[in-house]
Order: sequence, then structure tokens, then C-alpha cells
Amino acid sequence: MARSSRLSLAASALLAVTAWPASAQISDDVVRIGVLADMSGIYADLSGKGAVEAVRMAVEDFGGTVLGKKIDVVFADHLNKPDIGAAKAREWFDTGGVDMINDLANSGVARAVATVAKEKKRHIIVNGASNMGITNELCSPYAIHYAYDAYSLAHGTGKAVVEQGGKTWFFLTVDFAFGIGLEQQVSNVVRANKGRVVGAARHPLATTDFSSYILQAQASKAEIIGIASTGADAVNAIKAAAEFGATKNQKLAALLLWIEDVHSLGLQTAQGLLLTNAWYWDANDESRAFGQRFMKRVGKMPNMAQAADYSSTMHYLNAVKAAGTDDPDKVSAKMRELPINDFFTRNGTVRVDGRMVHDMYLWQVKTPAESKGAWDYLKPVATIPAAQAFQPLSESTCYLVKK
Amino acid sequence: MPLALSRSLLVLLFAVLVAVPFMPHILYPVFVMKVMCFALFACAYNLLLGHTGIVSFGHAAFFGTAAYVTGYALRELGLPPEVGILAGVLGAALLGAVFGALAIRRQGIYLAMITLALAQLVYFVFLQAEFTGAEDGMQQIPRGVLFGVLSLRSDFNLYYVVLACIAGGLWLVHRIVNSPFGEVLRAIREHEPRARSLGYAVDRYKIIAFSLSAGLSGLAGSLKCVVFQLAALTDVHWHMSGEVILMTLLGGMSSVFGPAIGAVLISALHHYFDALGAWVTIVVGLVFIFCVLVFRRGIVGQLNHMLMQRPSVTRSAAANIKEKHHAAV
Repeated sequence: MARSSRLSLAASALLAVTAWPASAQISDDVVRIGVLADMSGIYADLSGKGAVEAVRMAVEDFGGTVLGKKIDVVFADHLNKPDIGAAKAREWFDTGGVDMINDLANSGVARAVATVAKEKKRHIIVNGASNMGITNELCSPYAIHYAYDAYSLAHGTGKAVVEQGGKTWFFLTVDFAFGIGLEQQVSNVVRANKGRVVGAARHPLATTDFSSYILQAQASKAEIIGIASTGADAVNAIKAAAEFGATKNQKLAALLLWIEDVHSLGLQTAQGLLLTNAWYWDANDESRAFGQRFMKRVGKMPNMAQAADYSSTMHYLNAVKAAGTDDPDKVSAKMRELPINDFFTRNGTVRVDGRMVHDMYLWQVKTPAESKGAWDYLKPVATIPAAQAFQPLSESTCYLVKK
Repeated sequence: MPLALSRSLLVLLFAVLVAVPFMPHILYPVFVMKVMCFALFACAYNLLLGHTGIVSFGHAAFFGTAAYVTGYALRELGLPPEVGILAGVLGAALLGAVFGALAIRRQGIYLAMITLALAQLVYFVFLQAEFTGAEDGMQQIPRGVLFGVLSLRSDFNLYYVVLACIAGGLWLVHRIVNSPFGEVLRAIREHEPRARSLGYAVDRYKIIAFSLSAGLSGLAGSLKCVVFQLAALTDVHWHMSGEVILMTLLGGMSSVFGPAIGAVLISALHHYFDALGAWVTIVVGLVFIFCVLVFRRGIVGQLNHMLMQRPSVTRSAAANIKEKHHAAV
């Protein structure tokens, strides 16, 4: 190659490199959304494939492009292991070109990923996990806790049960960030309402034999057995409690039940249980429409986290569009500025600590006679207004909150 | 393997490793750091399995304990990384000595079971202890500043520190294997009563081998903890003990660095076949079955064997002598 052409080639390459950020405001010319979910473990039903599909639906409904650039969806299985989740998130942010990670079922994983996101200055939206750390000690401008959290569960189901007269509590708690955080929040509510916590038994994730824990709960003579676990753990605990006759003298309070859990328990066992969910498919026309579309793709009704995966992905893409860039700081500001009005919620707003505040709902599981068909499981009991459903900003320990 | 060939391969490998941080999109440095940790772990494990003939099924305990000790030192005590890593290594070596002293009272499968039982004890300690965060793992471990000058916050700096530590660890493995001490270990492996009759304090050698293997495994665990800023139950779980055996056997336990190849292979399978989800385990299983059926010596063992078999008078003569020697033993 002649010297001059080599020079001009170098010059044009240099020009291309320097011109690139000015012409496009999207890093590496694609907006990539990562879904980090439990694809194979105990929470695969309530996150997993459904979460990935929900995000894909949002991207398709958005048009597949934003600011003229392609939107790409990738996913990975965190196996419910914080180290694996954090390593994947780190890799996605470092070399995968991922701009935002969604879902993050499993509180331990969500906490680990929140730390990475803060360091790498990239967005995460937590829908599957409940741990309060996301909007407190681990908060950052890049983390949003969207669907629900332990505080809202405690002030939904927990409070309702205490008000119905359940004053003494014994907890069956799954032994990691999620269960322990939830137990703490519900204990606070119980004590604030002059109730008493008489004890707790902690079991590992994915326990199949609950006999010794149920016996401890029975021996405690507490009026309420609070089940601070979810998914298959909660289902197994509830079944074991019924088999051991614990439900004769004591009442169960399942502190986080998903519609899939009701599905696998069956209405016969689950009827009458109270549960706090941000969203239920059969609430109004819009939610039914989304539910049916989701059903066609995945073969089951969506739960609140999956609906929130869709809604929050939309919110992120709208923020990118409004900001005119995928620059994390500018998108963060837009996400906290724009209100959320869709089938998931009305007048939802993202606070400075990353908490998306919206109304929560208390539901009761229908009796087999009340249910008219498949997936017709819940009836509304009460609306928990946004102001009461979430931790007041004044109590947040997030460093972004000005005191 | 001929010396010149292996030496030039080594130089090439080292050059590639040094270049990795400059091409993060081809080879992700954090992944390479993880692979290097496992490579050291497997080679350290092979000190026992391949060179002393002791099957330990509890090496995750050393790997994980070092990770937790380092994590505790860095996060709770605020110590600098060099002290944290040293503490992890010492902790693991000490634990190795304890395991060794108890386990070598039996042999073969019983010894393996004792190490497994002890490792499970360690696992449950970390599951229940307050500071470990149980299933959540010990998170937000700061990487700190090495020797008060080099900030490890950047992956770039950390990469070369890890590379240096791993190279040092592997060199040590090489030294141990090729020392008079290593000869004694092999003598014990081949014929323990004979080694004893020659006057070697067999038990003491075994315990030291245990401790060295554990300490070097610990170095791998500590480094992994610093890289990921996390110490988790995965590191102490018996799966990890199984994984390291798999790596060692795949790579070839007759060589010094063979297990490192096994570690690279297994880590790469996990990394690049990530999308298969739970199927990765099955793929790894199939690879293992294939390996055991077709080349039982492991990858490096088989390569060595093939290179040795090339017709050459001096080599076959040497092999003859070796065989006679074996027969005599």
C-alpha cells in the first residue's frame, strides 16, 4: 500500500472514531437490555422464561428501535447464586454492551448486582426481589425498585392479619436476604400494632421437608404462622402445615404469594389466604388484555413481576427516547421525572431513592366455588394507597435523599 | 513433552495472557482471572491426587475458607489486600494440616469420605455463621490498595496482580513437584510401606503435602474473592470439590500443569455454553465420559504419551529401564 493512501486511511478511521459520538447518542449503536433471572431453579416459574418474554413484548410494542437504533434483549440464568449473578452483570456491563438489567428475582442476587451496577454506573430495575437494601444502603441513581418490596408486603398482608386479631406470630423464614428482610419488616408492623413475635425458624432455600419447622411452629403456640418465603418453598410450607394439622389451631399468613403459587397449591388448599400483589391480570380491561396476550406466548397468566418487567422496560425506553440518549445519568433523571401510566399502574412515580411508588392491593384467594375458570383465583380486598404502601422517603437511608 | 516445545508453548501462553487486558472484547479479563484461579486450584489439588496419590474430596473447604477469610479481613477488618490474601492462604494451609492429620489415618475411599465429611462441616459453619451472609454470600468486599500504592479497583491493575500471583503459585507447584520432597511424595504414592522402610516419616510428608495443597488452593480462593468482591457458598460447596477433581482428571493428573488445561476447558464450557442453562452440566458430563473412555491419561497426559511413543531408540530404552524398575518395585 502506498504511503499516502495508508495515511488517508488512518485519517478517515480517526475521523470516523471522533465523529461517532456526535452523530449517535446511543452507546455502541444498540440499546441492549439484559434479563437476569432464575431460569432453572426454585423461582423459575415466577421469573424465568415469563420475564424474558415480558421484556421482549415490551420491546416489540415499542417498535424494536429507539432513536433509530436497534433494541436488543439478552438473558441469563443466575441460578439463585449471588456470585454468578454479579459475575454475569459485571461481564454484561464490561463487554456485553448491556445498558439495563431487568427482573433480578432473588434478593441476594439483586443486592450483589446492585453493587456492580453502582460501580459501573449502569441501570438495573428490580422486579422479582423484595430486599429493602436496593432503595436504602445499596441505592444509586441507577437502581430502581419497581414492582413491590418487603415494606409493601408487610403493610399489606402483615398489617391486615394483625388487624384481624392475629397478635402472636411465629415465622418460617427462608434463610437469605429476602426471607430475613421480609421477617424484619413484618415484625416491625406486628410490634407497631401491639402484637408479639414469639420466634422464628430459618430454613435453607429450596427446602422440601418442612416437618421439623412446622413442629417448631406448632410448639410455639403462636396464633399466626408467618411464611416468609415464596415460590416452591411457600407452597411446600403451606402444604406441610395443612398435613400436620397446624391450620386447625393456627392461621397461616403467606407473606409473598404469587399467582403461580396459588395455581400450584390449588384453590382447595389456598382458599382464604390473603396476599399482597401490585397487579393481578383480572383487575381491569387493560390488564386482561395484557394477560391474554402473555398467555398466548407463554402458556400461563403473568404475575406482578412479569407485568412489571414489561412496564418498567417500557418506562426505560420512554426515558431513553425523551432524553435523546442512553447516557445512564440523563436516562436516570428522565426516569425519575416521567410519570408511569399504563396497564400496570396509574400515576406511578420513581422517587429519588429509586423506589417506584404506586398503589398496592390486598387480595384474597377465592374458594373453589367462587372461581369461574382457569387462573380465576383472586378477589380484591383493599387498596393500599401509594403513600402507605412504601417506606416513607424520610426513613430511607439512601445517600441521595437530602435530609 | 520435549523441553523446547513446552518452553516455547509456555512463552506463547504467557504473551497471550499479558496481552489480554488490551483486547477485552476478545477475551474478557475478569473471566481470564477466574480461569487462572481455577487453574491454580486444580494444579494445587493435583499435588495430592497426582503426586502423592491421595484422593481428597474436600478441597472446596480450603478454597472457600480462604475466600471468606480474605473477605473478612478486607471488609470487616479493613486490612490491605496483600495481608488479606496472606491471611486466606495461611488459614487454608492451617485447615489443610488439620484435615490432613485426621484424614491420613485411613486410606483410599475412607480417606476421601473423611475429607468430604470435614468439608461439609466447614460448609455448614459458613452457612450458619453471621458474618458470611449465608445464601447471599459475603458481598461488597473492597479490593483495596496493594502495598499502599496500587489501587486494585481497576480491572487492569488487578489483572496483572492476579497474573503474577497465579504465576508464582504455579511456579511453586512446579518447584514442589520437582524437588527431593516431591520425589518422596511420589515414592509414597508408588509404595508407601517401602518409603516408610527407607526411613521417611510418611505421615509427616503427607500432612505437609496436604497443607501445601490447601494453602495454594487457598491462594486461588482468596484471589477469586478479591476479583469478584464476593465470597459465596458456591466456593465451599461440595460441587466445587467435585469440579476440581473433574478438572484434574480431564487435564491429566500425571503432569504438573495438566490440571490447568482441564480448568480452562471446564470454565470455558461453563462460560460459553451458558445459554444452555442446566444442560451445561450434562455437556460437561459427556465430555468427562468421553475423556475417561478414550484418553484415560487426561488431555496433557495423552499428549505426553503420544509424543513419548514416537520411535526413538534412546526413549524406548529409557522406557524399558523404567518398566524394569517398576517390575522390581
